[in-house]
Amino acid sequence: MKTNYRTVALILVVLALSIYINLPNNSRFQTHLGLDLVGGVQALLEADIPEGQEIPSGTMSNVIQIIENRVNGLGVSEAVVQQAGSTRVLVEMPGQTNPEQALTTIGETGELEFVDFSGLSYDQAANLVDQTIVTDHNPVTTVFTDTTPTVFHTVMTGISLKNVGVRTDNNRYSVAFELDSAGAKTFSEFTSSHVGSILAIVLDKQVISVPRIDDAITTGQGVISGDFTVEEANKLSVQLRYGSLPIPLKVVTSQTVGPTLGQDSLNKSLNAGIIGLSVVILFMIGYYRLPGLVADLALLCYALITFALFRLIPVTLTLPGIAGFVLSLGVAVDANILIFERLKEELRGGKSLHSAIDLGWKRAWSSIRDSNFSTLITCGILYWFGSTFGASIVKGFSVTLALGVLVSMFTAIVVTRTFLHLILDRINFTAHHRWFGV
Amino acid sequence: MLDIVKRRYLYFAISLTVIIPGLIALIIWGLPLAIDFSGGSLLFVRFQPGSRPTTQEVLDVYAGFGQSDALAQTSEEDGMIIRSKEIDQATKTQIVTEMEARFGSPISVERFDTVGPSVGVEVAQRAAGAVGLAALGIMIYITYAFRAVPHASRYGVAAIIAMLHDVAVVIGVEAILGHFLGWEVDALFLTALLTVIGFSVHDTIVVFDRIRETKNINRRMPFDTVVNQSINQTLARSINTQLTVMITLLALAIFGGVTIRHFVVTLLVGVFSGTYSSIFNAAPILVVWERKEWRTWFRRGARAAA
Repeated sequence: MKTNYRTVALILVVLALSIYINLPNNSRFQTHLGLDLVGGVQALLEADIPEGQEIPSGTMSNVIQIIENRVNGLGVSEAVVQQAGSTRVLVEMPGQTNPEQALTTIGETGELEFVDFSGLSYDQAANLVDQTIVTDHNPVTTVFTDTTPTVFHTVMTGISLKNVGVRTDNNRYSVAFELDSAGAKTFSEFTSSHVGSILAIVLDKQVISVPRIDDAITTGQGVISGDFTVEEANKLSVQLRYGSLPIPLKVVTSQTVGPTLGQDSLNKSLNAGIIGLSVVILFMIGYYRLPGLVADLALLCYALITFALFRLIPVTLTLPGIAGFVLSLGVAVDANILIFERLKEELRGGKSLHSAIDLGWKRAWSSIRDSNFSTLITCGILYWFGSTFGASIVKGFSVTLALGVLVSMFTAIVVTRTFLHLILDRINFTAHHRWFGV
Repeated sequence: MLDIVKRRYLYFAISLTVIIPGLIALIIWGLPLAIDFSGGSLLFVRFQPGSRPTTQEVLDVYAGFGQSDALAQTSEEDGMIIRSKEIDQATKTQIVTEMEARFGSPISVERFDTVGPSVGVEVAQRAAGAVGLAALGIMIYITYAFRAVPHASRYGVAAIIAMLHDVAVVIGVEAILGHFLGWEVDALFLTALLTVIGFSVHDTIVVFDRIRETKNINRRMPFDTVVNQSINQTLARSINTQLTVMITLLALAIFGGVTIRHFVVTLLVGVFSGTYSSIFNAAPILVVWERKEWRTWFRRGARAAA
């Protein structure tokens, strides 16, 4: 019986953790809702290149990096930017209400600007790195602050850049660039009159670097030096080179869900889940009596643990995901039913209650294992199918169903069996055989 | 004890009375493909209460944008779903603005999906691949799990036949419902179908597992008795499990809202068929195989049809 109590302790710890994670006001763990439930935009973008042309390796990860920056710039929380297949990028923006603007912003070629920071000291300029600023070149109209922001002057845009590369000189890394003739002229005039001031490099209105003009650059060839590591120098050179997307993208599929439709679906499916669960609980008590009640307890544990895992991992809940969860409730009940039917048989065969529980469980186990394994195979294939197409709906369903199946095996193996022993070992079976529906 | 094995041809016939009309419907009407597979755009709009125009009026607006072969259907009280060739976000906005101007009331866009035609074809191909892969994976797994039993591969094949039975039932019912209710085969239908495949095999394995056990305990028992006894011993479990799954699915179908109703109903049909086929088809097929009964099928006219 010693091990038995250890298992009880384990179950209690797992349950306590699950309840903590499931607390509605938990700030660390929250339920992630998919865009079919909160509304939003999902789009699959594809590299728009001629058939047969190869995409250089590493290009897609640059593209994803740039798109991520832009999506974050839109202020969308919980956005997802993922590679889907070799030439596609999946973008999900839950809660985004203006799909047209969002997709345009993401797909457009980003803009690199050289901005005059001559009014600022070096420290002031350094503080602006990674901040979004306003410039007089294509100013953004929507600004969300009350105070009027400083408008900086754009000296030149990235169009003038011809060549960018990393240089090493005695283990010191710097970024060299070359300008076209128009750019060289503008640059020459500006740097001649602004030696000692700062010329910021700005990508999509975000300051990425604040080099100081040491000498006038009149030849159209310049060097940005600083205490760069090789990674930093590479990053800056990539940003200068690929400020705009390295390859054009087109929207191949997009999905927009209005916020009211999402909220409506969420409420309805939650209701349905609660109704379904209640009926199942009543059915189990009605048919299996006392063991049914034990199974219901195990089922509640199952629901608590699974939901906690959804928050912990986290799994984004979509409508089919909820359906997968509800369906896995059926799987969880099935494991219990298999055990109870065996339990009944062993009891009818004259076994004592204690050994009937162990035998019933042992004999049901191979069925539970084999049948669940086949469901897991299907889940794996669904997941693969969903990932290559950015069909996050299908993916969400397979993840919730697979998780449900795994947790249901845990509750069937550990929770139901322990509970049965804990409660039933103290009961005189022959006196109360009606409690077991035998 | 029910003698299910003895009446096996009756149960095979019952399966066929569902599958054959479904397949006929499939041949005549085909499966209407959603934009997920065919490419195109779907717009779901909601009008102000009581101010919904007719579908023809909406289609006229679409025709004005060069979308002459669009299809519109009403949904719930004030909604309308319009399917058309692929249109981009900008065109959609223009169409909605035009509708608002023409019908004189604001419109809320509940959903807008658009899928490029090339992606659709690719999705359809991958889907077929996924179903084939699932069948293969499961067959290999069952043959492995039953490796200690004589003729292990028979169990795998019988499970796959039962699975194909369920696929045929689901697709046939979809063809019939698709024709009358306007349901289309989309990515969710495919998800439901793959889930049904998993569940079908799940049920079959429970019965097979019992056959494996009974056979090991009673080595002298005739095979059809073994199978019949195993079916009966697992019958309560099969029915109860099915009931609980169907209860939860029914709750989702009734209260879960229109968005996933098609998905849930597909699952319901499939889960029912899955339990039926594992009890009344998969296990009896093992008996038919053991006794090599196909040698006598064509000598008795009545059974040849079944």
